[in-house]
Amino acid sequence: MTNSTEKLSTNQLVEKGLKKRYRAEARFKAYGMISVSIGLIALLALFTEIISKGTPAFMQTYVQLEVNFDADLLEITDVTDDTQLRMANYSAIIRKALIERFPDVSGRREKRSLYSLVSVGGNYQLQDVLRADPKLLGETKSIWLLADDDVDSYYKSLGEEAYLGRLTENQVTWISSFVDDKHLKKRFNSGFFTSGDSAEPEQAGILGAFLGTLLTLVVTLAISFPIGVAAAIYLEEYAKQNRFTDFIEVNINNLAAVPSVIFGLLGLAIFLNLFGMPRSIPLVGGLVLSLMTLPTIIIASRAAIKSVPPSIRQASLGMGASKMQMILHHVLPLAMPGMLTGTIIGMAQALGETAPLLMIGMVAFIADIPSNVTDPATVLPVQIFLWADSPERAFTERTSAAIMVLLVFLISMNLAAVWLRKKLERRW
Amino acid sequence: MTDLSAERSQADVPVQKSESSNTAEATSTAAKKEATVGKPLIDDPKFTVRDVSVFYGEKQAVFDVDLDIGKNQVLAMIGPSGCGKSTFLRCLNRMNDTIDICRVTGSIELDGRNILDKKMDVVPLRARVGMVFQKPNPFPKSIYENVAYGPKIHGLAASRIDLDEIVETSLRRAGLWDEVKDRLDQPGTGLSGGQQQRLCIARTIAVSPEVILMDEPCSALDPIATAKIEELIAELSENFTIAIVTHSMQQAARVSSRTAYFHMGNLIEVNDTETVFTNPEHQLTEAYITGRFG
Repeated sequence: MTNSTEKLSTNQLVEKGLKKRYRAEARFKAYGMISVSIGLIALLALFTEIISKGTPAFMQTYVQLEVNFDADLLEITDVTDDTQLRMANYSAIIRKALIERFPDVSGRREKRSLYSLVSVGGNYQLQDVLRADPKLLGETKSIWLLADDDVDSYYKSLGEEAYLGRLTENQVTWISSFVDDKHLKKRFNSGFFTSGDSAEPEQAGILGAFLGTLLTLVVTLAISFPIGVAAAIYLEEYAKQNRFTDFIEVNINNLAAVPSVIFGLLGLAIFLNLFGMPRSIPLVGGLVLSLMTLPTIIIASRAAIKSVPPSIRQASLGMGASKMQMILHHVLPLAMPGMLTGTIIGMAQALGETAPLLMIGMVAFIADIPSNVTDPATVLPVQIFLWADSPERAFTERTSAAIMVLLVFLISMNLAAVWLRKKLERRW
Repeated sequence: MTDLSAERSQADVPVQKSESSNTAEATSTAAKKEATVGKPLIDDPKFTVRDVSVFYGEKQAVFDVDLDIGKNQVLAMIGPSGCGKSTFLRCLNRMNDTIDICRVTGSIELDGRNILDKKMDVVPLRARVGMVFQKPNPFPKSIYENVAYGPKIHGLAASRIDLDEIVETSLRRAGLWDEVKDRLDQPGTGLSGGQQQRLCIARTIAVSPEVILMDEPCSALDPIATAKIEELIAELSENFTIAIVTHSMQQAARVSSRTAYFHMGNLIEVNDTETVFTNPEHQLTEAYITGRFG
């Protein structure tokens, strides 16, 4: 064993340590992969939960009835008069159709529970049918009417454990009768996308919240983008390096970390109380959200402007361009991709904000669809919050469906950011 | 001005050699002023530089330079790295203004008007005194837009046809027209290094300046592109005053009619190019030219 007394050569020393080094490297790689996997699993779990809970909401139960458009019951004398059409008593003909289907039902309570199988929305359906085809007056037609949410929840749960909810035994019997005759069907719930909020879950939709979000984001963009870009240009190009500008920079960076509910309180104090603006409108919501996104946009824009190479600036100034011409013609176009990306990311953050908007009153129940920035509106996150509070089972699935819509909105905005950046990237 | 030139033209004898041979001493922060030898002043100059010093904060980079730059001539400025020649060149079109800590004292007169005056508007100045940089820096726009930018912002073209004409003339003079005439809308950054530098030269001459400053224009280029640009400089010198900073003594010998040697922020020697390279007056100039340092 003369080797133990001989000094090992460099090569042999390196060989000895190699195994340990490779093991450490493999461990390091494994840590990375585990971290990524945990993140992906969490994401997968989240998506699976939401999608499985939300997809039932996209189908809605309808019940088929033979409806006789009896002119006397409807109290319509002139079918072309729109006021009469709107004021007609459609409930009467729906009830008539139901009684004709189950003639044995007697007693006020029983009859009431029979009538409650069809949704109030059925009235509006019949109104639209009659308006589209006035010749139906006096005729009988088979119409698929919107079923009440109790029926809907029960019918959707028939595959697994049947959910009875508030249904009585008789109601279950009647529903089974409809099912046997194939008069109960699930159809695509287009009403979810075309109607506003409602107290009745089967009629509730997200259009109001969606448009509210859109209008609020438009206001936010219109206010925060120009102000943010202008502030960034001033701070980068014109401001002198002194204690005052350092102070401004520190404050902007801190503002980006302030909790969003504080901006809501600020909006409440200034916009609502001091300026007396109406509450719950997209204009005020947009103002509050732009206060929130301004620091993000300023920081991203400054970084983008800093990244423009000095050679371009020197070339521009050397040509005799004034400072403003240099900024507008050369710096801004090159900094634009970074600025836009920062803006869209700021917008995507603002999209999901609930707390500041609650503070300015966007928590009300608003059934109307907003048409401009001064109409009362609500936004998607708040709508989700409100629906999550409701007891009806149908609202549970709608909450998840609304979350899906919000996620799609978010993902599209981020994809837009990626696309924009790719398109505007210029090489120099 | 006349008595100064009478004084200096008699300076055939090199002066103040004491600190010059000891470079270690000269690199201390208290670097001193050295007197200039040769013929720094000439008749009927384009630029009259008197007593110009440049400070970066507390540190002085250029010491009391007196120099004349002749009309329609090429003046080459040579010297070791860090001797202040680029700094001095940038004073001539006030590009040092872009550096916050930089301060320039003295006077530089362009056709009689002091350009270092605070009231002087740098925008028209830079249209009269153009600059070509060391690394080609075309704008990330089309070739046409690159050349047309200057005339556009200074309002030199009355119509699109005028602009087309200016672009074509400039590209022809820069020797680039034949190579790019079919792809004027392609990005300027897609050209080769030598072509990009010629594009930058075309861009500079598009505004019809009186002076062109060149800061080591060929240092980033291969020998063939360099040769093309040197040819260009010779042609341009018929109509423009040119001041070129160069690291290559051969280039200075090839293109210039006068040469100025800078050392540690001091203007050591100025003379006709031939004299400087064959019969330098100052010991430092001789050391640099024969390759003992730099």
